[in-house]
Amino acid sequence: MKFRTFAAFVGPSVFMMVVFIALPLASVFVQSFQVTQPVIERIEVESCTAGFLEQTCTTQVKTRPKINESGQVETTTRWVGLESYANLLQFDRVWAAISNGEPGRILQIDFWRALRFTLTFTLVTLPLVVGLGLAIALAVNNAARSIRGQVIFVSLLPFIITPVIGALSIRWLFYGDGIVTSWLETWLSTDISVAANGAAVEALMMFYRVWSVAPFAFVIFYAGLQTVNQDTLESAIIDGASRWQRLRFVIVPHLMPLIVFIALIHLMDAYRAFEEVVGFSSQAQRITLQWLTYDFLQPDDAGNRSISRASASAMLTMIGIVIILLPPLRRTWRDHKGIS
Amino acid sequence: MATPKAMRQPASLRFGSAAFLTLWCLIAAFPLFWILVMSFKSPADAFDANPLAVIFGPRTIAAGKGLSVIDLVLGLAVLWYAVRFAFTRLPQMVRAFTAPGLVILGWLVGCLGYAVVFIVLFFGLLPVVLDALNAIAGPLGQPVIGLTAEHYRAVWVGNEFYRNFINSLIVTGGVVTVSLTVGTLAGYGLARSGSNLAFWLLIAALIFRALPHSVLVAGYLPVFINSAEILRPILGDAAPTLYGQPLAVIAVLVAINQPFTIWMLRSFFQSIPVELDEAARVDGCTHLQAFRRVIMPVMWPGVITTGLFSFLLGYNDFLVTSLLLDAQNQTMVPAIAGYFNRETTTTDQAEAIAAAVSITAPLFLLVMVFQRQIVSGLTAGAVKG
Repeated sequence: MKFRTFAAFVGPSVFMMVVFIALPLASVFVQSFQVTQPVIERIEVESCTAGFLEQTCTTQVKTRPKINESGQVETTTRWVGLESYANLLQFDRVWAAISNGEPGRILQIDFWRALRFTLTFTLVTLPLVVGLGLAIALAVNNAARSIRGQVIFVSLLPFIITPVIGALSIRWLFYGDGIVTSWLETWLSTDISVAANGAAVEALMMFYRVWSVAPFAFVIFYAGLQTVNQDTLESAIIDGASRWQRLRFVIVPHLMPLIVFIALIHLMDAYRAFEEVVGFSSQAQRITLQWLTYDFLQPDDAGNRSISRASASAMLTMIGIVIILLPPLRRTWRDHKGIS
Repeated sequence: MATPKAMRQPASLRFGSAAFLTLWCLIAAFPLFWILVMSFKSPADAFDANPLAVIFGPRTIAAGKGLSVIDLVLGLAVLWYAVRFAFTRLPQMVRAFTAPGLVILGWLVGCLGYAVVFIVLFFGLLPVVLDALNAIAGPLGQPVIGLTAEHYRAVWVGNEFYRNFINSLIVTGGVVTVSLTVGTLAGYGLARSGSNLAFWLLIAALIFRALPHSVLVAGYLPVFINSAEILRPILGDAAPTLYGQPLAVIAVLVAINQPFTIWMLRSFFQSIPVELDEAARVDGCTHLQAFRRVIMPVMWPGVITTGLFSFLLGYNDFLVTSLLLDAQNQTMVPAIAGYFNRETTTTDQAEAIAAAVSITAPLFLLVMVFQRQIVSGLTAGAVKG
């Protein structure tokens, strides 16, 4: 294929990606070093009230945002260097917490709280998703052919459902007097309040994530199981391998590329977890990095959005993405160089 | 072929595996089944701590809203036949009555007609017949299960949820159409070019796929809000404010979706033999003609699968739509967040549940109809390479 034809085919897609992904990324990088604020002017206002014989007048100095000719609030943009990052990371409070011997206090700062939860969330759900997906795939592979279609249908539901709705449907089972909570209460005869308990909310968020991603892992592993070499399995039996050994030494190595694939996708997706916070309304207890950026972007009570802070937190989030992507990219690069 | 004796499994293993599978299916389906049940009950019943009370809804019956045994039997029978009809006779009829080449149009008309007939029968005719039957049936006509559609009415009519539904339709329809058009072209180009540039484009797309969407939105927001002033030198006074425009959101979602789309379509295009292109080229087609007349007709399964995933992305999105659309152009998923922000009474919560079920129903249908395509789409990316 000539370059011109290739460019004609790929052009529109590349254009979209450059305009709506690459350029915003660059502008976020620049914004994170800038602050845009309304220009505040101080004016003297003389207010007079009618009085006996003469008016009583008082002058006050008021601050108000400056309005330009077209009736809009005038803003200035100035370079602040790393100030937004510093506001976010609050190293002075971190050092104070460490030198006082109370490292737990670091988690009172939003960014570190979000980082702590996002990392725990990602790393705890990863083995659960892979394990549960593999277990379902093996069980379905073991089941009668006639019911496999129905099982796949039911399994796909949590994966396909709108994430916020999926999280809500689990929330309604637990929050308040949800039926699972009240069942647990009668069983353990204690009073449980899930929504007020940070650890319980955290567990629910992880449960939701495993519930909704395990089907994806299952479908991929199930497809992989269909291509396991039957001859290898048979020779393993002849060699006296037990069922467990066959799984451990034949099936899992065969699925290894798929396990790596699932793990990679899951790392990328769980690291940018967001819908859980919305669905479980957990912002008071547990927040994620992406939710932090989202929160900065939401207009506050005065209608201002803290774009520069959002940009700084977005850039910090990116560091994690780069770390996750480095190993697979290095491998692809080596493969590519090996071929060409 | 009988299973060899050595491969046969002990009963305990078979039982354990079956039990595990049953448990998984229960866990997978239960939360969704439960919100469906709750959405049809009066608030007091829906949030009862006793599961039986939620299922049977005594207070809903007491309010005069319930189904008798006859209602249940007849209603389920009609539903069962309607589903059977949709999956067996409807495809036959569509095939019989449409000219080749107009298959998509035929399906659209067929589905629309089916929906209209179903609604008239199920919600118009059936209640009248059942009322008459219940009146003469004695004990069988007494309501046994509480069921009320009041929350759905409140959500769709009272809160004008249909506006959000239309906005969702616009956004998702736009996302699917544009991202497939742009994506098939790019996927084909990438699949048929072995150049270094193609490799780097795919790697860049992989990196873009990993970006958190909020990072991108942080880049759009200031530009979109001030776009009227930024674009004024170019477009004059007609410069639009992009914030709140469904079209701008469509463009954003298409771009966010592009990396995934081109990877998936590329893997589908690669499974089509290159000889097919070459034959078309020998016969005098240009690349574009070969693509349109020879490759696309055999690519439909791949396009449908990719379209499904684009649909899911547009339909399920919360972050981008909630930040870039204003209240009157809001789609369904962010709109539901508004419900539980102000959920102070159980009635509000019950309405939120009804809205949630309304959002889920189309997805449920989607899995029913396109299960095979979804599975093939999931495995296409992973197994082939």
